Order: sequence, then structure tokens, then C-alpha cells
Amino acid sequence: MPAVRPALAELRARIGQIDGTGARQHGVLPFGVRELDRRLPQGGLSLGALHEVAGGGQGAVDGAAAACFVAGIAARMKGQVLWCVTQADLFAPGLAQVGLPPERVIHVEAGDDISVLAAMEEGLRHGGLGAVVGDVARLSMTASRRLHLAAKGSGTIGLALRRWRRQADASDFGQPTAAMTRWRVSELPSAPLPVPGIGRARWLVELIRARAGDSFDLELEACDGAGHLRLPADVADRSAAAAGGRHIALS
Amino acid sequence: MWPIDRRQRQAGVTSRSVEGPLIIAGRVGNRRTITAACPVALDLGLRVGMTVSRAQALVPDLRIEADDAGADAAALERLALWLLQRVAPIVSTDPPDGIVIDSTGADHLHGGEATMLEALAGKLALSGITARLALADSWGAAHALARHGADGVIIIPPGGLEAALAPLPLEALRLPAATVAGLRDLGFETIGDLMDQPRAPLTRRFGEALCRRLDQARGLTSEPIAPLRPEGLIEIRRAFAEPVAAPETIARYIGKLVVQLCAELAAKGLGARRLDLLCSRIDNRTEVLRVGLAVPQRDPARLTRLFCDRIVTLDPGLGIEIMTLTATIAEPLVPRQAATSLLEETAPDLSGLIDTLSNRLGARSVFRFAAVASDVPERAIIRIPPLADTAAPGTEAWPDHWPRPARLLPRPELIETMALLPDHPPRWILWRGVRRHVQCADGPERIFGEWWKRDAEAQAVRDYFRIEDEAGARYWIFRQGDGEDRATGSHRWFLHGIFG
Repeated sequence: MPAVRPALAELRARIGQIDGTGARQHGVLPFGVRELDRRLPQGGLSLGALHEVAGGGQGAVDGAAAACFVAGIAARMKGQVLWCVTQADLFAPGLAQVGLPPERVIHVEAGDDISVLAAMEEGLRHGGLGAVVGDVARLSMTASRRLHLAAKGSGTIGLALRRWRRQADASDFGQPTAAMTRWRVSELPSAPLPVPGIGRARWLVELIRARAGDSFDLELEACDGAGHLRLPADVADRSAAAAGGRHIALS
Repeated sequence: MWPIDRRQRQAGVTSRSVEGPLIIAGRVGNRRTITAACPVALDLGLRVGMTVSRAQALVPDLRIEADDAGADAAALERLALWLLQRVAPIVSTDPPDGIVIDSTGADHLHGGEATMLEALAGKLALSGITARLALADSWGAAHALARHGADGVIIIPPGGLEAALAPLPLEALRLPAATVAGLRDLGFETIGDLMDQPRAPLTRRFGEALCRRLDQARGLTSEPIAPLRPEGLIEIRRAFAEPVAAPETIARYIGKLVVQLCAELAAKGLGARRLDLLCSRIDNRTEVLRVGLAVPQRDPARLTRLFCDRIVTLDPGLGIEIMTLTATIAEPLVPRQAATSLLEETAPDLSGLIDTLSNRLGARSVFRFAAVASDVPERAIIRIPPLADTAAPGTEAWPDHWPRPARLLPRPELIETMALLPDHPPRWILWRGVRRHVQCADGPERIFGEWWKRDAEAQAVRDYFRIEDEAGARYWIFRQGDGEDRATGSHRWFLHGIFG
């Protein structure tokens, strides 16, 4: 949490109660990366809210990095995860490697976006799940508002993974929705290695929109085996070994 | 084939050729004739209807068994019950050797009509039953096509009945043999010949059965199926003095029926796994709702909700006069001691959510992945029911020492590459019309074909590489073959997955 004056904090709480951001009731999930958490309004992703994630460039179609980013968030939540999709190309061993083992994920394969949204809402209203993820292309204001209210009622975090059939459709991401935050995750060249090979994946994580917060972008190292992101060693201004703590280095 | 299949299943014979030809002999008047023959016997030239003495003269080491129509019918009924529990709520036997299923409103639970029939054909074949399946708008047409149509699975799209029926022989209409012979004498050969004939002379000569059967086959007259009901089935029935049609009224009566059903289930210590609601409309059609449950349940509120979710799919027409609620599959449900929240946190109960979703989207659409001991990526995962016990022995985890992509393409896509053989990654790849230059790569990870399972993979090899292009996109590609020996694969390159 950034240090704020008590009066300001109280005012924010009151505004939060009025506009229903819900962070006060349900708490937040910090990323564990100080650079990232410091810039988020409540010091993390608010639980009991809807968040949107999309891939950048080619990722708008395949949504691979966005899926890993979302899986990393879901992995750090407690309990079962409901993952609703229309295209069945999610590879469970890949999810297990970012900390989401198959016994924690219930997959739902629906025929169209509307069924996905309905399944997500059902999952969010249930309240017993850790997180609810849905691969959706179109997310209207009404649909996102329903999801957000369902999430707020139960305290479950909702993650809408935006993914389109064609890259041109990704302009849809500019349309307003009721989501608390909107992220774009794009692949970057991996961490350089002294030997031939591919190092730990890196992402450009952009917070495009946040309610009551500023947008920013940050270069981060991809999720490790427990779903934690990490600041690249050359950016963090310290050696990778010193970054230790709760980050498990698995690259 | 049913009498033959039944005997062979009873005897537990898996390979039919071992035991030699088998026929079933029945008595027609004073003659002993063949009523059924196994494929081996048919290949030897024996035919149904031939006398047994003639068959014995043709084939010396013939096994002959006496016809036992009663046992055949009983076994057919058992098979129908099995289908009732698995496929659709309205199932009936169609003696002597058929089963009719009303699949209206049940196909979406099995992933569509084609998938449903294929799965059914597969299951029957596994149990050693030679079956021909046909799906059409009317019972008569499905009956005709299953017996006189092409081999395999036939699906007639709505509206295509007449064209499908026209070339079939007259026997397909379920007419008495005398009528068929009489029609043949008049020069009628196929159903198509009959369709456009004036009906009055036909009815006068052959009785009303002919035109009725023709109309039933063409779907012009309704032909309700009397559903098979096993003994001891828990069933609640309610007839209305005035037909009901409004969704709210239907919902209210569903609630009442469910409460009664739950009381009966509780008295017997059972919980429902599958419930069927049959609504008989005043125009003599039956509308059906089926709900499945992941675990046995007898909570009225939850069961009512599952039905009420689906009332929109129910077409009450001019009104419903009888509603019948049955627990098609019931399993023991005994009170269980709840874990105390002081010692450990109890896992939230997800069965309600899973039931809601699987009844809305179909039971196949809600699942969990589990590991299978296979190195071939697409075979390393299996879908299991969401509440299956994954802690059971025999379930394992995937090895963690090789990175796996977050997205795996449904089938590998052919790419163009330029690569040094045998063990270098490509310099560039061309995928979906875009050329990507490979900046760095990892691999190869060699995966051998499963020669112990499939003969075709005796020598097959895949070499997987993880590559990264200049923009940072990471892909999982493989080369079919080891790069030296053509016998191991075609040496073509495929893109199989995308890393995050």
C-alpha cells in the first residue's frame, strides 16, 4: 500500500462504498512485485471484481501469454478455478507449469460467448470458487456489469481473458466495460542467456485502465512454477540472487 | 443378428470365427427353418428362411441352437433399460430385434446427433452387439432405414424423409407379409412407388393399415412410443383436469412433483443421479426434460432449480395434461457426518454449480483434465468428470522438466521452414502466411511413437523445438522424423503449440 494520509484513505473508502469497487469488503491480491503493487490503487488486484486481460499483437488471437498471466493470478488464489472457453486449445500441462495443477481447474467448454458469460456468472455467484476465468471475444458493458456485480456479491475474482478470432477485431478492446482493471500482456524476447537457448520468458505488462488508478507499463519476467511474476534483474537494479524471498527462480 | 449376438455374449466368445458357423433354428409349421445366422454362416451361403436340413447338407459342422424368443425379448428389454439410463428418457423395444429411442431434447447432452450416434455405435460394438443405427423424424422412417438402409450410421436431416424412404423396399413399412406380396403382384417395388398412388383403392384392397404405416413413416401421423419402465422405478405422476401451458404453472407443478419424489427417495434412502420429466401434451406428443447430477441428490430446491432452468426448452403446445417425473438412475444416499470446521477448512460444495452447468451445456462440456502416461503431447491429457477423485492411485502428474505451451493447437499445422538437418532448429518458419525469423531455440526433445500401442508408430519419431522469433513470440514446433532416416517420418515441420 502506498503511504496515504488517513483522511484521504477514508474518503477513498467512502467513494469505494458508493461506486462499489468492492476492494474494501473483499481485500486485494498483491502480485508480490513491489514496482507493480505500488502503482495499483489498492496495492493489488481487488478480489470480488472483474478484471480484463488481453494479449498484444498476435497474442490477441492466441492469447497464450494472457492465459499464463491469468493462470498465475488464479494459481495464487485459494480453491478451485472455473475456466470457461469456446475454443478448446488450453493445454493443461502448460497451466500446471505456471502453478495451476489440473486438480484445481474445472473446465467448461461452451458453444458461444453468451454461454461462456452465463457460465462465468454462474461461477461467480456460487462463491465457493477461488477464481473464474472466461475466454471471451465480445464483452459488452451490460455483460461486464453483470459479471462485476456477481463477483462483488460473492467475493470471487473474475478474470475475462479477451481473445478474438482475428487480429483486426482486437480494436474491440477499446470499448468501455465495467471491469476494475484492464491489462494487456505481450511477449517480449526472453532473458538473454550466455549459452544458446531460450531464457525465462519476459512480458510487457500494460495496465491500460484502472478504476481510481493510473495506467502504466512494466517489463516483467513471466510466471514461475507458483504463478509469481518477477522484475527482470537488470531492471530491478539488483542481482537475481538478491531478489530471492518469495520468488522461486525456475527458468 | 440379435439372437446370435445374445448367445455369443452369453458364451463370452470374443472372436467369432473360432467356434465355426452358428445358426438359430425355429419351427414354422412342420418345417425347421433358420431364423438367424452368424456372419460366418452367412458367408457360407446360408440364409434366413432356409430349411435346417438343407443347411446341414451345405455345411457339415454347423452349430444349431433352438430358437428362444422369450429369452431374446428379455435380453432386448435389458438392453433397452441400459439405453434408457444412458441415452434418452423415452426408450422402448421394437421386437423382435430392435430398439426405438426418442432422442428429442436429449442429443445436446451427448454433443449433437452425430456424436451421440457414433458414441452409441461404439459402445454397442464394444459389447459385441452388431447394430445398425438410423435417426429420422419419425419412428417408421428410422425403423425402415435401420433395417433396409445402408450399413453404418444414418442420419436423415429434418425434411429429408421422403427422399430417403423412396428407394427402400416395401418390407420396410412394417406391413404383414401378405400385404407386401399382394403389392408386389400389383407391380409396386419400393415405398416411392406407393407414395403418390391414390389411396382409396389401396385402402379398399389392403385395409387401412397400409396407408397408416405409410403416413407414420412419412411423419404425417403421430406414433407415440410407450416408454419402457423398469420395475421399482420411482415415479410421480400428475394428471391435470385442465391442461397447463404457462411456464409459471409448469414451474409450480415441477416443484410439487420434485417434493413428492424427494420424499419417496428419502424413504428408500436413495438419491437421484438422473431425473426425467415427461410431459404429455393434449395433441398426443410427449415433451421431455432430462437432468443429470454429478452426485446423488434429493434436495428439492436444487432439483427444482435444475428443471426450471430448462423450462424454456419445453414446448407446451396447446397444453400439458400429464406430467410424470421419474428418477431413472437412483443411487444410495445415506446421511454423512459433516467434517467440523474447527479441525480443517471444509472444501466448498461445487456439485450444485457443476450440475447447473452440465445440464445447461451438456455433461461433456464440464470436465477436468488428468494426466495419462504418454509422451505424445495430445495423448497426455484425458478429460475426466469434474468431481472424479483425482487423488486415487493411478493418476499421475506430467513430468515438469520440459516446458509445455499454454495453448496446444487442435491439430499440428504444417509450416515451411529452412533448417539444417538432423538436429538444428529452423532458421525461419512460415506459419499462416507470416515468415518469422528464429532468434533463439531450445531442443530437440525427441518423442518416440508408441510402438507398443500402434503398429503405425513402430518407428515414428518427433523432434520438438521451442523457438522464439525476433518479436518475442515463442512457439512449439516439431519435425516428423529424426532428420536422417526417412522411415521415422516425413521430415515435414509442424507448429503444435504457443508458449506464453
